[in-house]
Amino acid sequence: MTLSRRQFFRTASGAVAFASSYGVLAKAGLAQGNPIKVANILDATGGLNIYCLKQIKATAMAIDEINKAGGLLGRPVELIFYDSQSNNQFNSQYATQAFVRDKVDVLIGGVTSSSREVMRPIVQRFKGFYVYNALYEGGVCDRRHMCPGLVPAQQVAPLVDYVVNEKGLKKGYILAADYNYGQITAKWMQKFIREKGGEDLAVEFFPLDVTNFAPVISRIQSAKPDVVWSALVGDAHMSFFRQYQATVGKDNIPLAATTYGLGRENATLTPDENEGIMIATSFIDALPTEAAKSFVERFKAFSGEDEYVGEYAEYGYRGTMLWAEIVKKANSVAPDDVMAAVDGVTFDGAGGRYTMDGQTNHVIMDVHIAVGNREGSFDLLKSFSQQPPADTQAVCNLFENPNDTKQYEPEL
Amino acid sequence: MIATTLYLIIYSISLLMLVSLGLAIIFGMMKVINLAHGEFMMLGAYACVLCVNAGAPLWLAFAAAALAVGLFGIVVERLIIRFLYGRIVDTLLATWGLSLFLVGLVTTVFGPQAWSISARFGNVSFGGMNFSAYTFVLIAISIGMVVVTWLIARLTTVGLIVRGTMQDATVASGLGVNRNLVYMGTFGYGAALAGLAGAVLVPITGASPSLGLFFVAKAFINVIIGGHLPLIGTIAASSLFGTIDGFVSYVWSSVVGEVSVLIVAVILLRLLPLGITGRLRSGL
Repeated sequence: MTLSRRQFFRTASGAVAFASSYGVLAKAGLAQGNPIKVANILDATGGLNIYCLKQIKATAMAIDEINKAGGLLGRPVELIFYDSQSNNQFNSQYATQAFVRDKVDVLIGGVTSSSREVMRPIVQRFKGFYVYNALYEGGVCDRRHMCPGLVPAQQVAPLVDYVVNEKGLKKGYILAADYNYGQITAKWMQKFIREKGGEDLAVEFFPLDVTNFAPVISRIQSAKPDVVWSALVGDAHMSFFRQYQATVGKDNIPLAATTYGLGRENATLTPDENEGIMIATSFIDALPTEAAKSFVERFKAFSGEDEYVGEYAEYGYRGTMLWAEIVKKANSVAPDDVMAAVDGVTFDGAGGRYTMDGQTNHVIMDVHIAVGNREGSFDLLKSFSQQPPADTQAVCNLFENPNDTKQYEPEL
Repeated sequence: MIATTLYLIIYSISLLMLVSLGLAIIFGMMKVINLAHGEFMMLGAYACVLCVNAGAPLWLAFAAAALAVGLFGIVVERLIIRFLYGRIVDTLLATWGLSLFLVGLVTTVFGPQAWSISARFGNVSFGGMNFSAYTFVLIAISIGMVVVTWLIARLTTVGLIVRGTMQDATVASGLGVNRNLVYMGTFGYGAALAGLAGAVLVPITGASPSLGLFFVAKAFINVIIGGHLPLIGTIAASSLFGTIDGFVSYVWSSVVGEVSVLIVAVILLRLLPLGITGRLRSGL
């Protein structure tokens, strides 16, 4: 029998259409080996990659471990990575591509709030599910979104409690990055400092490209606070920690910071500059638990890197594993089933127990107070167990408003 | 209070002179807008870190950084810039491409993290206020850079030839000056100053691939407002902006400081489109 070209295409395209029709395959029991697809969109290149490189590897490690344990719902998991190049335009492009071309079951990634806000509407449009693995300003209220990272109230309350009550450092001088994260975090700092009986002498904001901190360091010295609070962000602002140590010194006026360590600054500044900075975090390498030690060892073996691992790597692992737990509970990878199964799912990870709060799709977790040491790492001082994302809970209720998709600015 | 303000103003002026002199010389001499200026500084910063990590004293690391980036500048001039003299937009694009390439290359080779050196200078107390001792080193180097450049241009034969070429390249080459050599040397000198600036900034900002980005805008505004005479222009513009920035940043905040610098720059550009030295016919 000879096949004309036209006949061949007709037959072939029919076969392809048949084979790719998911329902048909499922009925035939052929979907068994059909992989679950996970998209991870992060910045492997560009200025933001200090926050992403470890997280990219940690997410891959999570998928690897899931597959080694037999996959998810009996299916293998396939990871598709997209490099958004520190440019939101690529977040938008790749998020669309992930849903349209690659037909992924879940979207993981985005490191800045702006990249998240670019991708959330796309997730809505394609009725997908989105995991945002970062510490941010809080307030996102969206059932198709979950965030396993810290929000300000969760992080700032324990840190203020430690610094103001236990260390007795009442008068604070607040420095923050001049965009929504810094602005909102500074408000929470003021609120908690006042509530705990402290005093906020001043709040100052810095555009992200400021490198000269000499003027504010002089003002700090005139104001004579007991402690300096920092919500400074990014590469340029790291200059503050160098210049502060070279003038005032943490021995004279201590420093407490919310974002310090996320870009693994502790591992790159000098011992003098790192020593003594107080932070609140949900994970540091030095947590004295078996889970933390095992995670750090596994990550170093998986990545082949022998450096400080840090919180953002652990976020990638945590977020992926929490999503996998939700999928197991839902017994389905379909976004609508996953959405419905979020509440109460737990995962015992490297930083302690993580529990999904279905009211906000944020996570209840342990918060650890730690202090920078001379080895480029942190020493654990104290842990606050199971802190709720109280700021987001105050403005967001997904049980009552399941169709909400807004990001609220917490009212203070 | 007055001492602090004065200190902040002088520091601010010195920072501006430090980051913009190399750019001003290349622009003023050759009308080449070097968009890779920030990345030249970044290379200088890495050269400094590498030298210090290899055990060299800091001053030697500064010299090595200046030399290395100066040589790199000469290579860039030979390979790219010399084909583009007189074509401002083309040099703009070529050097922009070069800057992207350098950022990518350095990120690949050294990683995205900022590198630090542990140099302890301690601090100086004055009137109940601590000042970083290193900022005085920076101020001295910045002033030294300007003075040395002025001395070379004013007192040496090389300086005379360079000034002559700058005023009228055709006449200079008619008198037997090798114009290409002068351009190459000047570009190399400007690059060396950028490399030195980057190295001097390391104890303050560290060395990271994005180092150039933080300073290049300030350097450009400074050079544009300064006008076509590299030395007088740089000193004048740095003094103006440094005074505004140092004073306003201290009395109000860093945000207001940056905003007021930009407002003054816009007004000045409206009044003096060719910059502060735009009307001056001769000088440095």
